[in-house]
Amino acid sequence: MAMAALRREGRRFAPMISPRPITALRSSPLAPSLEDECPIGVRYISTQVVRNRMKSVKNIQKITKAMKMVAASKLRAIQTKAENSRGLWQPFTALLGDLPSANVKKNVVVTISSDKGLCGGINSTSVKISKGFHKLNSGPEKETKYVILGEKAKAQLVRDSKKDIELIITELQKNPLNYTQVSVLADEILKNVEYDALRIVFNKFHSVVSFVPTVSTVLSPEIVEREAESGGKLGDLDSYEVEGGETKGEILQNLAEFQFSCVMFNAVLENACSEQGARMSAMDSSSRNAGDMLDRLTLTYNRTRQASITTELIEIISGASALEG
Amino acid sequence: MLRRASMLLACRPILAARARPFSTDLPAAPSADATFTEAWTKVIPNMDPPKTPLSFMQPRPPTPSSIPSKLTVNFVLPYASELATKEVDMVIVPATTGQMGVLPGHVATIAELKPGVLSVHEGSEMTKYFVSSGFVFIHANSFADIIAVEAVPLDRLDVNLVQKGLAEFTSKLSSATTDLEKAEAQIGIDVHSALNSALTG
Repeated sequence: MAMAALRREGRRFAPMISPRPITALRSSPLAPSLEDECPIGVRYISTQVVRNRMKSVKNIQKITKAMKMVAASKLRAIQTKAENSRGLWQPFTALLGDLPSANVKKNVVVTISSDKGLCGGINSTSVKISKGFHKLNSGPEKETKYVILGEKAKAQLVRDSKKDIELIITELQKNPLNYTQVSVLADEILKNVEYDALRIVFNKFHSVVSFVPTVSTVLSPEIVEREAESGGKLGDLDSYEVEGGETKGEILQNLAEFQFSCVMFNAVLENACSEQGARMSAMDSSSRNAGDMLDRLTLTYNRTRQASITTELIEIISGASALEG
Repeated sequence: MLRRASMLLACRPILAARARPFSTDLPAAPSADATFTEAWTKVIPNMDPPKTPLSFMQPRPPTPSSIPSKLTVNFVLPYASELATKEVDMVIVPATTGQMGVLPGHVATIAELKPGVLSVHEGSEMTKYFVSSGFVFIHANSFADIIAVEAVPLDRLDVNLVQKGLAEFTSKLSSATTDLEKAEAQIGIDVHSALNSALTG
């Protein structure tokens, strides 16, 4: 009769007595810590581990959401500036055209990148393109030098191209970007670096999710003269009368310097916008990931909790039935 | 015979006008970009070549055969585009060689600007700006690009501050020792006296 009673009770509680839930826990990612504490069947399961994990993931999610909001507000502020500065380089391209394929001896690649990280892949793209230019312009008598703006490009380029780096400029965005600062920078670069062609590599801001790597070419006055004489794109530059100054060369020199500072200004602003946009999308995807992880951990937590309750009940019931029986 | 000659003369500008659209329909831009993209893909096949400014710009219209009635002006500053493709009658720019009036059909010119007053004439209205310095490009198709570093409407200038600044820089010039200081003081004097004459003249 006792056996019958047990069998009846056994059948009712059979699903709970089955060892499967406990082995399922064993195979969960938290298994190692649980195994340390307990063999099968003993009341051991601590939800503390899962709870700690959930707390840290939730904090990370809060932080990344906050970073996304900050990036969004910074983007709003700088986007108007960048769009207003877009008219600045157009007259120069209308006058002098754009000759990225000009064959020159001394190339200088100005790579614009960000100082802070967590902004997706834009800095790596800029560095890859700069290295691409280095490769493109390799040949006898040709050399390529780097001028680096920003910590992230510095970290990547210093590793393998240390001897080719001329200037490194960091902490560009400590004060809000303005034309005076950029023109002083341009002046420094022009003073210290000999160049035939300057190629400015940056990420142009199209929209919050799209950043296009772009290169703007500024040619030195001698190369401009050479290209104008050989005809082609700049052929009708000679038809322009040059007013003022003693020589045409002087005006063209001023023109090249002014062009460089204007193009730099626009490039720096566009890159800053792209940085904030990339950071927004990176932080958005990471908070979404954190949310997914939190959901999975909640399920595990509930399973763990329910398993421990089940174990307790099993113990109680089997204890009680043992006493009765 | 004379009639034939005059007919030929009449025909040629028309032919030129027709020919020009063809030659400018494919702007030279793609060919420069094409050589660049080819060279790039040969050396670095895995990456897309970067874009260049030409792909982001509206192409300019070609030089028309007859002088257009209006001048199209682009007046840009680092912070804003003051005038973007605005059609005006005339602009007077303060070039280094003096005030230069630009009318439609002006010969193509590149001129550097000195601090002075820029005035834009549209019909009966005239807007004046004080320009710090910059460049002006006048193209053969009656497009004028004025690029300035700073430009303010004249009513935003304060006469007293201008006088004070002029006196300050004059004293700086007299007490300057190095060439750099002298040059800086001279620039200050130039700008302030230009401001002065803009406000009074």
